[in-house]
Amino acid sequence: MSVIVRDDGFHAEDFAGTAVEIASDIKSDELVQLASGADMVRILFPSFSDGRGFTLARRLRDAGYAGRLRAVGPVIADQYAMARRSGFDEVEIPDDLAARQPEEQWKFRADWRAHDYRARMKG
Amino acid sequence: MARKFTPKVLTANDLRLGDVVYMTASGDWTRCHAEAELLEDEADAELRLLKAHGQSGIVVGAYLADAKAGPDGPEPVHFREAFRSRGPSNYDLGKQADSKRGTAHV
Amino acid sequence: MYEYSDFDEAFVRARAAQFRQQVERRLDGSLTEEEFRPLRLMNGLYLQLHAYMLRIAIPYGTLSAGQMRQLAMIAERWDEGYGHFTTRQNIQFNWPKLVDVPDIIDALADVQMHAIQTSGNTIRNTTTDVFAGAAADEIADPRPIAELIREWSTDHAEFQFLPRKFKIAITGTEADRAVIRAHDIGLQLVEKDGEIGLKVLVGGGLGRTPMLGQVIRDFLPVADLLPYLEAVISTYNLMGRRDNKYKARIKITVFENGLDAFKAAVEEEFARIRPTFSGVDQEILRVIAAQFAPPAFKNDPVDSYEAALSVDPVFRRWVARNITAHKVENHAIVTISLKEHGKTPGDATADQMRVMADLADRYGYGELRISHEQNVVLPHVAKADLPAVHAELLRAGLATANVGLLSDMICCPGMDYCALATARSIPVAENLATHFRDIGLEDEIGNLKIKISGCINACGHHHIGHIGILGLDRAGVENYQITLGGDAGPQAAIGDKTGPGFAYDEVVPAIERILRAYLALRESPAETFIDAFRRLGAAPFKEALYGENRDAA
Ligand code: HEM
Ligand code: SF4
Repeated sequence: MSVIVRDDGFHAEDFAGTAVEIASDIKSDELVQLASGADMVRILFPSFSDGRGFTLARRLRDAGYAGRLRAVGPVIADQYAMARRSGFDEVEIPDDLAARQPEEQWKFRADWRAHDYRARMKG
Repeated sequence: MARKFTPKVLTANDLRLGDVVYMTASGDWTRCHAEAELLEDEADAELRLLKAHGQSGIVVGAYLADAKAGPDGPEPVHFREAFRSRGPSNYDLGKQADSKRGTAHV
Repeated sequence: MYEYSDFDEAFVRARAAQFRQQVERRLDGSLTEEEFRPLRLMNGLYLQLHAYMLRIAIPYGTLSAGQMRQLAMIAERWDEGYGHFTTRQNIQFNWPKLVDVPDIIDALADVQMHAIQTSGNTIRNTTTDVFAGAAADEIADPRPIAELIREWSTDHAEFQFLPRKFKIAITGTEADRAVIRAHDIGLQLVEKDGEIGLKVLVGGGLGRTPMLGQVIRDFLPVADLLPYLEAVISTYNLMGRRDNKYKARIKITVFENGLDAFKAAVEEEFARIRPTFSGVDQEILRVIAAQFAPPAFKNDPVDSYEAALSVDPVFRRWVARNITAHKVENHAIVTISLKEHGKTPGDATADQMRVMADLADRYGYGELRISHEQNVVLPHVAKADLPAVHAELLRAGLATANVGLLSDMICCPGMDYCALATARSIPVAENLATHFRDIGLEDEIGNLKIKISGCINACGHHHIGHIGILGLDRAGVENYQITLGGDAGPQAAIGDKTGPGFAYDEVVPAIERILRAYLALRESPAETFIDAFRRLGAAPFKEALYGENRDAA
């Protein structure tokens, strides 16, 4: 089982449709095509130290994908702001991680819009 | 082919202070190499290592390091472990200085 | 000098608070060591041989007197009274306790400093020419762009978990005192038709597989810089190898895919990203640049300086070695050597830091620099003040007149501190410096760059030393491999291994054999070691190294 994390904290799964799942080693020319028209795209993080998902999310958003975008895997609370800034709407984490890193630790970074140098540079 | 097991001490760094520590026969941690337990049985050593991995709230980076018996207790074999048990060679700091200050056994 | 904006201030304070919370969560068990490790590394905290080590960023090597004093305070209060300046223009403290680090980070924030991104698989401190803004030969001061890169790369959401560390260097001159060819990305300010732009190199790096960067763009408009960097680094983020950390640097990505394929992927990504940048970064750059305006230089006459030169041989020698021409005629650039013979290269005590800070305040417009050669620089000093500066440096043991000579080595911490080391490097440096001083050959040998690393990671730049020394572990014994012919400047080159390595106590005699061969073979004293090596090749030096021992070996 897993927990969905959003700015306001933990949630149970509430998506019922079909999601497109994208592995982090996807070929870059297939990414946009695969995602197009999907209600939700789930980008899989094989480990918290593998940051490819952040680039994939940003690329999808730059390419105009406007649907729901979820980071899935053992992402840690300290990466929540990175996920949101890269274009993810939410993060799906395994239960044991949610137990060890309770809701407050994630909500601590719900201020992900603050202090964002890159956003300031991009305008 | 299985390599012959050579005696080891179990060593790590103290989580809070960073200082080098060794596991004693009673399962406590000491800052002094000579007070470490010399592990001569491979299975026993592996068990000790597992125990140390379970103590991640106290120590970090536990591993088994080659050691040999000496007159005052186990002594390091490799020069890296000799440095860890002593301190840097460019200043009188680390354990070599602590032992002069009489704090080696804290 | 750059002063934090409110934005910087708020960010650094927020990060300090986050790190305090992360340390607490590590101690209460919410974070495992595996999870905490990248977080502490993102804040410059390593675990070394004897203790933790905190690496503090000195952005583009520029430091105010007040910041230097705060480093002295930290050294005394939470460390062992000294600090180590590194070839990455950072400072490292070798003895902090984990429980004190949040307080140290707060003390840094008090003077607009931090340790963010000095480690980890992210974009590191951007380094630059130590003489930036003072040198006579630069096209433009590279520091405003370095500051722009600092701000853009700090906490960049997409680039905190790259395949491997990522280092950018920028220079404003053809002379390249920033070793741009040995960086993941090297930038050089260039001029074309009256416009200033950037030459971009990619894929340089030292370590296990040393490579020099290749040009990926001859002329990039400054306005395109940030989107172009994003294109390069996001391409690398997806293409870089994650299966083997020794093959994870961008140099391998470029090498394995070929520059053309890599460049094509970058340009495609650049076309996507460029339109998302509105151009406000260029306005921010203008605001930044204004802060790097040079100080109002004094107009003091140089008579007293010239008088001192003619009567004081110690001063004369120091001026000849440690002074570089300034772009303003009656000023000079002062290099304070942290290479006293027999001492640890790059180390300064808290007292010495305060002396240097005071000198900067009194004679140097409040500004200091850290050089990648591990010295401290006062970039702007009126020549009239040089005798006074020299006198005070003498009193503090900081007047060693050896810049550019054999004893002015780059040396990594090696086995005395570093958990990754395979051999010591500091005592090798100490022994070399004292030996050549004692036999009186240092001046005779003249300009020479020796660089020493304690393992293959090459933090001491050994590959690009005229003479490189690499410490290895051969079956539990320290052994040192020598390379010759490397160079860090515009003629950058990776040195070649000479042959079998040398035991710890054979290193000094081995280097002496090489240098005696050089003295015998050079055309004139004006021909430096590296020039002689380029003319003669490695053969005569190898002969000097191994010839007499060949039967025994
Ligand atoms: C003491 C703790 C240190 C550790 C654990 C450490 C670790 C490393 C590692 C693992 C590499 C190889 C990276 C690679 O090839 O992928 C490396 C490279 C490097 N480090 Fe260090 N280092 C340390 C200290 C220093 C110091 C003190 C300096 C400056 C004097 C420094 C500057 C560099 C430089 C210039 C390189 C090579 C350039 C490159 O990245 O290609 N490091 N370091
Ligand atoms: S070269 Fe090796 S020994 Fe030296 S600092 Fe780097 S990692 Fe440590």
